[in-house]
Amino acid sequence: MTSILTLETLPRHQPAAVDTIDWDRLAAPEARRLRELGFDQGVAVEVLHRARLGSGPIACRIGRMTVALRRAVARSIRVSTATLPAE
Amino acid sequence: MELSPLVAMVGNPNAGKSALFNALTGARQKVGNYPGVTVERHSGRLALDDGRAVELVDLPGAYSLDPSSPDERVTRDVVTGTQAGERLPDALVVVVDAANLDNHLRFALQLIALGLPVVVALNMVDLAERDGLVLDPAVLERELGVPVVPTVAVRRRGIDVLRARLTALVGGTTADLRRLRPSDGSVDDDIVTLQRRARAIAAAATVSETPVRRWNHAVDAVALHPVVGPVLLATLLFVMFQAVFSWSQAPVAWIESAFAALDDVVRAAMPDGFLRSLLTDGVIAGVGAVLVFLPLILILFLFILVLEASGYMVRAAFLMDRLMAGVGLSGRAFIPLLSSFACAVPGIMATRTIDDEKDRLTTILIAPLMTCSARLPVYSIIIAAFIPARQVAPFIGLQGLVLFGLYVMGIVGAFVAALALRRTVTKGDSSGFMMEMPKYQMPRLGDIAIGLWSRAWIFLKRAGTTIALTTVILWALLSFPQAPAGQKQAEYSVAGRIASGLEVIVRPIGFNHDIALALIPAMAAREVAVAAIGTVYAIDDVEDTRGERSLVDNLRGRWSLPTALAFLMWFVFAPQCISTIAVTRRETNGWRWPAFMVGYLFATAYVMAGITYWLAVFAGL
Ligand SMILES: Nc1nc2c(ncn2[C@@H]2O[C@H](COP(=O)(O)OP(=O)(O)O)[C@@H](O)[C@H]2O)c(=O)[nH]1
Ligand SMILES: [Mg+2]
Repeated sequence: MTSILTLETLPRHQPAAVDTIDWDRLAAPEARRLRELGFDQGVAVEVLHRARLGSGPIACRIGRMTVALRRAVARSIRVSTATLPAE
Repeated sequence: MELSPLVAMVGNPNAGKSALFNALTGARQKVGNYPGVTVERHSGRLALDDGRAVELVDLPGAYSLDPSSPDERVTRDVVTGTQAGERLPDALVVVVDAANLDNHLRFALQLIALGLPVVVALNMVDLAERDGLVLDPAVLERELGVPVVPTVAVRRRGIDVLRARLTALVGGTTADLRRLRPSDGSVDDDIVTLQRRARAIAAAATVSETPVRRWNHAVDAVALHPVVGPVLLATLLFVMFQAVFSWSQAPVAWIESAFAALDDVVRAAMPDGFLRSLLTDGVIAGVGAVLVFLPLILILFLFILVLEASGYMVRAAFLMDRLMAGVGLSGRAFIPLLSSFACAVPGIMATRTIDDEKDRLTTILIAPLMTCSARLPVYSIIIAAFIPARQVAPFIGLQGLVLFGLYVMGIVGAFVAALALRRTVTKGDSSGFMMEMPKYQMPRLGDIAIGLWSRAWIFLKRAGTTIALTTVILWALLSFPQAPAGQKQAEYSVAGRIASGLEVIVRPIGFNHDIALALIPAMAAREVAVAAIGTVYAIDDVEDTRGERSLVDNLRGRWSLPTALAFLMWFVFAPQCISTIAVTRRETNGWRWPAFMVGYLFATAYVMAGITYWLAVFAGL
């Protein structure tokens, strides 16, 4: 089954990959930082922590790096859980 | 003049450039500034294996050649040979974090494409191994087409090999023939392509890999937990402030008795007269009053440096982001603001990591509201004199509670100010919060010691120059002309007459003549207020020729409680610190913002002190 979610709603520790990023919804500097931190189609991501239930930033693993970002940004990153080999 | 070849250290933030730079250059380094920008230039000499010397510069960390902060712009301009006041490097040491190759290789590829001779330092291989990642440098070398040297900067592993590679590289034949490819700043598509290539290379160079950093994640599971995390942070901050006071008691007492002994020696050795008064009432009293706070400042910085070096500080920023977003700031502002509890000057300098201009400006403008260590002398002496040492609850003393209240007052003031500023002078879209969270690490003793020493040195220099000088000038202005019998010296002297003018303005908020007198020299630094009041009473106290009556007794006899409380409130807000104003001017490139900062803070101080005074008077205190 292919399910499309965003990084904001992705359950913690569920392996996923970046599907598409809605660049238009992001401010230019934000979009650039996101690219620089390695967000790109097909890259493996995992949600590690949420600062507080409901609001506050999200910490996620991308590659071997841990990155903190706000929910509004996470919302524009669509992820898919099906493209990964099952674990 | 024949310039020695220039070699630049470049790479992502936290790749270990500075650690590697230190390992290569040892203690011989110079800190300067790039012209026109507030970016520091760290340079040092490195003797190559064949005896030639090269100049090594440690460039600010960047993620790409597309700059988003003044620091990153300098990095790009240096490596492309367009930075004013800097020559094009003869070679680059590109530093990459072995445990983070996907990301760091992208910038490395960009740098290699520039065409300068490059050696790649594959740094932090120890951490990569700890994480179960084994890499093959030979594959990297083949894929990148440049020499790759595995290093562990903090253990000086690989340094000799790196130097040998540099020796071969610098002044070799490859250098001058290649042309630089100009960067046009529009590398967005490039980034994605480069990123993919970086990932492919990293995958090829990876011999074996076990799942990432379990240990790190286990710590983060606690440190970033929605409930436990904030509790842990609050506990850490509480322990930190607690330690500042309890650990410092013994060293403070030693410094006090050393100065008392010095005072006795001078009094015994010299006849009573002007010179003796200058030395004892002026220099020893003034510098001593300030120097006793060195232990407090060092303990505070010890905590901040350890939190920073361990990697925890970014977690704190993560936890604080929600709260900071509420007043229009981001979690990034937390680090500069926490440093400002020690001193606003390094705090304001630390705002450089905030890429959003409005965000950064707001943080600078509220940083002086954090209770810096220079306020402690003022707070503690007034509290000691006027607040009874009573227990209000088990483990909670009234004095401590008042001190805590003053800290809270500063924080609340800062948040209210941030809210107001973000809606007016620094209006703009709320900026984002996106940062890399570094790996946890055991802080290294040497780094912490160097950090502490440089803070201590700044403070000692200030005590020895600015503060000594202002107290001596104040002493002189207070001692002349000599008051005739029946007149008070503190009112008759030059300083006294100036203060009488100021007293008219501050009388409505409950300040007396002595306070007016102390406020003027305290413009140099807040702690001078204590020294100044000490000097006033030392000179004025005719019965006490041996300097025995304590400042506390003098204060109790001369000030009312509402006046003391208003004085405390004044110092929560008043921007009485030349260094803060100077660093704000430097960091904002002009007088506009420091002038605004001084204006709004003085106005707030005046109003708040006035309210405190009159409330206390009406409450019958
Ligand atoms: N374990 C380990 N830590 C390192 C190494 N190189 C640097 N560090 C640490 O990593 C952190 C960041 O290093 P720094 O030199 O400040 O990075 P920069 O931002 O590139 O200048 C510091 O705490 C260093 O002590 C290394 O090879 N191994
Ligand atoms: Mg550095």
